[in-house]
Amino acid sequence: MSRTKSFIVATATTLCLSVSLLVSGTRRVHAENVPVIDITAKRFAFSPDKITLKKGQTVKLRLHSEDVTHGFFLRPLKLDEEIPAGQTTEVTVTPETAGTFTTICDHFCGANHGNMNMTIVVE
Amino acid sequence: MKQTDRRSFLKIAASSVGIGLLYSAYPAALSAGEAGGLFSALGRANGEKPSPFSFVQLSDAHVGFNGPPDPLGTKAFERAVDMINALPQRPDLVLFTGDLTHDTEDRDVHVQRMKQFQEISKRINVPLIKCVPGEHDAGLDSGGLYREFFGETHYSFDHRGVHFVALDNVTRAKPEVGSEQLAWLKKDLARFPKTAPIVVFTHRPLFDLRPDWEWFTSDGDDVMNVLSAYDNVTVLYGHIHRDDEHQIGAVHHYASRSLIFAFPDPTGVAGPRKTVPFDKEHPFKNLGIRTVSFNGKSEPGATSLSIEDVELTAREFQGINGVHQLFRNPLV
Ligand SMILES: [Cu+2]
Repeated sequence: MSRTKSFIVATATTLCLSVSLLVSGTRRVHAENVPVIDITAKRFAFSPDKITLKKGQTVKLRLHSEDVTHGFFLRPLKLDEEIPAGQTTEVTVTPETAGTFTTICDHFCGANHGNMNMTIVVE
Repeated sequence: MKQTDRRSFLKIAASSVGIGLLYSAYPAALSAGEAGGLFSALGRANGEKPSPFSFVQLSDAHVGFNGPPDPLGTKAFERAVDMINALPQRPDLVLFTGDLTHDTEDRDVHVQRMKQFQEISKRINVPLIKCVPGEHDAGLDSGGLYREFFGETHYSFDHRGVHFVALDNVTRAKPEVGSEQLAWLKKDLARFPKTAPIVVFTHRPLFDLRPDWEWFTSDGDDVMNVLSAYDNVTVLYGHIHRDDEHQIGAVHHYASRSLIFAFPDPTGVAGPRKTVPFDKEHPFKNLGIRTVSFNGKSEPGATSLSIEDVELTAREFQGINGVHQLFRNPLV
């Protein structure tokens, strides 16, 4: 393994440590060597409901719907994704600003849709 | 209270005791000659010269909703109907800004809710009722059932010299208008002069009021870009179940109260959206309707469009929500 590669893997592992408290099975590194975070959408919550990212570090969010179509919207991080029913949507994000943000499901999914959201912390 | 014109307010208040919420339009600060010129020009562009009329905005009845937080069912909606019917002057039309019904996955139940909405709204003694859908009406089926009952989800019409535009920011299931509708809007407005009085009615706010509560329209800026070419635009919306007043450029945005339950002032509230708790002693507190009247005359010294929001509680006035100009720049 080259130095560069092991460095990236180490970074990914560090990142995932903060996430793995909440999700199991998130320690995956994609072929492009970008850390991957799995998020599940199911009426009317995201799981995990909080993730922590590092400013300037690119990650891949793998968004999976377990039931109907959901959305994943957060203007400050330029996220505006659709997660079709039962499918997975992948999006790569490089947060540029630190802060605590609320990502919402913006695809109407039923009774408690209005409060379907999760927190993204950018450190 | 912002920029309220005393004179027009008093005039309105005198005619609206016990009604609820009143909304009034005056072509202001124009001399008789200027106004005459403006109205003639609008008449040519619009097919109709502005003339006096009033209308009512209702919003968010959520027919079929049964608490928590509130056990009112359709009581507030029905009360609003009675209030409108008791107005000393019959309004020309009612605009309903979405969430006529509450969502359900059971199509038959939703059909019943839409029927019930129609039954109650039919009792309103007005010639014309125009609606736009809310996400609870149309978010789960792209507006399919809504269209069967109420027709198209975006459209426009002229009424006594005012151009009304119904905008749909719910049927794509997301808070957005979409490029097709934007193109339609541009085309629809193209025939009007800059000064035409335009009332846009829609469900969600067209600006980022509170995005984490889904109080926004993702392409609202694109809509505002189209509207900003016009001097006299008023946007009426619902969704947020509370009063709100906002100005972007020359465009004024007004939210109407709901007819079911209220949401709190989002300022300084962190975390999730919660409803205002139901108050048994004051079951209609924080609910309301809005009536708009437009006298269509040139009255030197009178102001333009004034908006007054009053709770849906008989004989109880609570506050005025401001004034703005329907005719900001007279066309001479
Ligand atoms: Cu959802």
